[in-house]
Amino acid sequence: MTTRSRILLAVAALSLVLMYVFPIWTISLDAPQYPEGIGMYIEINTITGHKPNDLNNINGLNHYIGMKRIVPESIPELKLMPWLIGGLVVFGLAAALSGKRWMLYTWTVAFLVLAIAGLVDFYLWGYDYGHNLDPTAAIKVPGMAYQPPVIGTKKLLNFTAHSWPALGGWIAFLSLGLGVILSYAEWRRAKRSNHTVAA
Amino acid sequence: MNPTRMKQIGFGLATVVLIAAIGASCAGSQQAGSTDDAASKVYVPPGQHDEFYAFMSGGFSGNLTVHGLPSGRLLKTVPVFSQFPENGYGYTEETRAMLMTSHGFIPWDDAHHPELSQTDGVPDGRWIFINGNNTPRVARIDLSTFETEEIVEIPNSAGNHGSPFITQNTEYLVASTRFSVPVPQRDMSIDEYKGNFKGMLTFIKADTPGEMDIAFQILVPGYNYDLAHAGKGPSHGWMFFTSYNTEEAHTLLEVNASQNDKDFVAAVNWKRAEQCIADGKARQMEAEYYHNHLNEARIAVSEVKRSVTVLEPADCEGLVYFLPTPKSPHGVDVDPSGEYIVAGGKLATVIPVHSFSKMLQAIEDEKFEKVVDGIPVLQYDAVIAGEVENAGLGPLHTEFDGKGYAYTTAFISSEIVKWELGTWQVVDRIPVYYSVGHLMIPGGDSRKPWGKYLVALNKITKDRYLPTGPELAHAAQLIDISGDKMKLLLDFPTMGEPHYAQGIHADLIKPRQVQFYQLQDNKHPYAVKSEAETRVERDGNTVHVYMSTIRTHFSPDNIEGIQVGDEVYFHVTNLEQDWDVPHGFAVIGANNAELLIMPGETRTLKWVPRRAGVFPFYCTDFCSALHQEMQGYIRVSPRGANVPLAYSTGQ
Repeated sequence: MTTRSRILLAVAALSLVLMYVFPIWTISLDAPQYPEGIGMYIEINTITGHKPNDLNNINGLNHYIGMKRIVPESIPELKLMPWLIGGLVVFGLAAALSGKRWMLYTWTVAFLVLAIAGLVDFYLWGYDYGHNLDPTAAIKVPGMAYQPPVIGTKKLLNFTAHSWPALGGWIAFLSLGLGVILSYAEWRRAKRSNHTVAA
Repeated sequence: MNPTRMKQIGFGLATVVLIAAIGASCAGSQQAGSTDDAASKVYVPPGQHDEFYAFMSGGFSGNLTVHGLPSGRLLKTVPVFSQFPENGYGYTEETRAMLMTSHGFIPWDDAHHPELSQTDGVPDGRWIFINGNNTPRVARIDLSTFETEEIVEIPNSAGNHGSPFITQNTEYLVASTRFSVPVPQRDMSIDEYKGNFKGMLTFIKADTPGEMDIAFQILVPGYNYDLAHAGKGPSHGWMFFTSYNTEEAHTLLEVNASQNDKDFVAAVNWKRAEQCIADGKARQMEAEYYHNHLNEARIAVSEVKRSVTVLEPADCEGLVYFLPTPKSPHGVDVDPSGEYIVAGGKLATVIPVHSFSKMLQAIEDEKFEKVVDGIPVLQYDAVIAGEVENAGLGPLHTEFDGKGYAYTTAFISSEIVKWELGTWQVVDRIPVYYSVGHLMIPGGDSRKPWGKYLVALNKITKDRYLPTGPELAHAAQLIDISGDKMKLLLDFPTMGEPHYAQGIHADLIKPRQVQFYQLQDNKHPYAVKSEAETRVERDGNTVHVYMSTIRTHFSPDNIEGIQVGDEVYFHVTNLEQDWDVPHGFAVIGANNAELLIMPGETRTLKWVPRRAGVFPFYCTDFCSALHQEMQGYIRVSPRGANVPLAYSTGQ
């Protein structure tokens, strides 16, 4: 790896530390009676409200449609995520330090797999919350499910749900993007140098 | 003579004067109503907020009402001295103590003068104070909650009219007695009024919530003390009070108190008072008075105090001076610079304006006419800055726009007169409908008025609104004062008599709003923090129900084992932690009120069932789609029945 690649890889790995500080994802809900907005953040190890009581209030609203309470302590992925991200930081730094290309490739692929698995997991949780409703719920709309979008905007009865990466998520995407670009550049460089040697 | 009769005479006189004024000038120049573009100037589109809050006294309703300006919309009624069934104020176990006085429980009053707290002579939006005129009291309303949080009773006072005017950093509020009475009170002949009845000027410490107290009182001659305003800027440290009945009459005052050509503005140097008290020149006097305030659990508690510090002017040289002022002065208003003291002589033909700097000079030069009870009377010519002529009949109150102009209400001629400070020339006048008392410019009695609007607070509204039987709506009128000429923009009805009002830019209040009370900080002894803690406990004939509310159920919602004649206390905690989600609680046969419980708060309703049966309770404040389902039952068995105490939710 070039020195520049190693430095950029170190930056990409280290920037993931910010995921411990900034929320990764945000889901906000718009409704006429919430002009001030209501919503929640998915953080590396928990779920919090945009405002201190938002999560509680969302749970309160969800009980009308029979949705399960969102209890961050009961979501095992939130216990796992700090370790996974920590592993990525450590392995990424080690790769930058050693300068070994295979380590860069491994890091990038592992990160990509984790990112996809994370989004799939997020979808599955959303599916579960949105579909497995209490049959005794007060409000039952035939054919209606309340699964929030993984990314984008969706109308759910009187609420419009918006789901987008938050700062920590954008940082992760940039870091991953940087890993992909570095891998590609290093792969090209390696191919070129092999070619040169062969010639 | 009864008040109605007086109103009629006042109104008749006003009509005559108005006709005369129209006859004398050009009829076409009179503004009979609103100007064409007025509607757009008061229109606040849906979803947008008014620019100003206006706080209006509810007069004899004992309330304070909150309006938006320029729309005039009524936003809220804040109960202060009156019981209020809408939210249980004065009925619930947590608020009843707020209305305790040395005369017992007094659930009403006559609230006249709202007064915003100030910092550096400018309204700061922290608190608003208001007086109880009948049973002398002063209340503090917190503007982060719009709730009455403190009331202090004023001893040795009778008719707390000149109150609660504030010093420029909220150091003190004053309470001057309207009626002089025997001090201390005793049984004596009313004939012996002269020389025996006394007035009292009270200074109340006001700068710490929960700790309002009588700082000191000043014993003054037995006149009627009417209104007050504090000095500001250079005159900070002084308080000015108007008086009438310097004749010391005690019967048929409309004649007997209107004989002297001049009465007085009493100028009180309160910094001097602090000095004299420090020098030991005051005495302690026995006096019983109540101080009611919310404790940390937001429960009103009463503390009875037993003595006050009293100063006599004769014992403290330089404490009080009288400024002769024609004639039966009513309002006394200090201009934004703090130099001019404008008195409204309600029977005078001119508006006398005193000069603070000339007053200081006259004191130094000892230009005294005479001395009354140790109080020097300064020479009128030595203190007067100017007289405004042709300022309407019955000038009462003056406020300022901060641009060099003063606006005075003329009660008898029903108009507002604009005049210039310094030249004392009238520059504009506008009729109002009818019999205007106070006026209000947001910040118009402060050092920095927002000189955009003026609100006229009128006593009579004949022909202005749809009629409502013998009693018509009370009224305010909004006048644009941004230009050279005053323009009437809006009539709007008010709740109760809008005696005085205060206005403040909304940006100073909006950011301070409490949205809900933190449940974990709820220190009410009967609070529950979750449904798991809800329960019912019996203690002899007393039953405590620890109940919670959340959208959209009560817990418990089925209660059994109550007996006829039990004293049942419903302690209801609202578990919501969201803005604008109060819950109500009402139970059949409750002979006090309902509860309205703010999110995170606990309120208690006492209920004594009189007959056996199964009785519903329900939420009164619409809270969500399933509000109507928010209800429960309480089973009442005959006295001595063996139905066990039981409670449940969702069984």
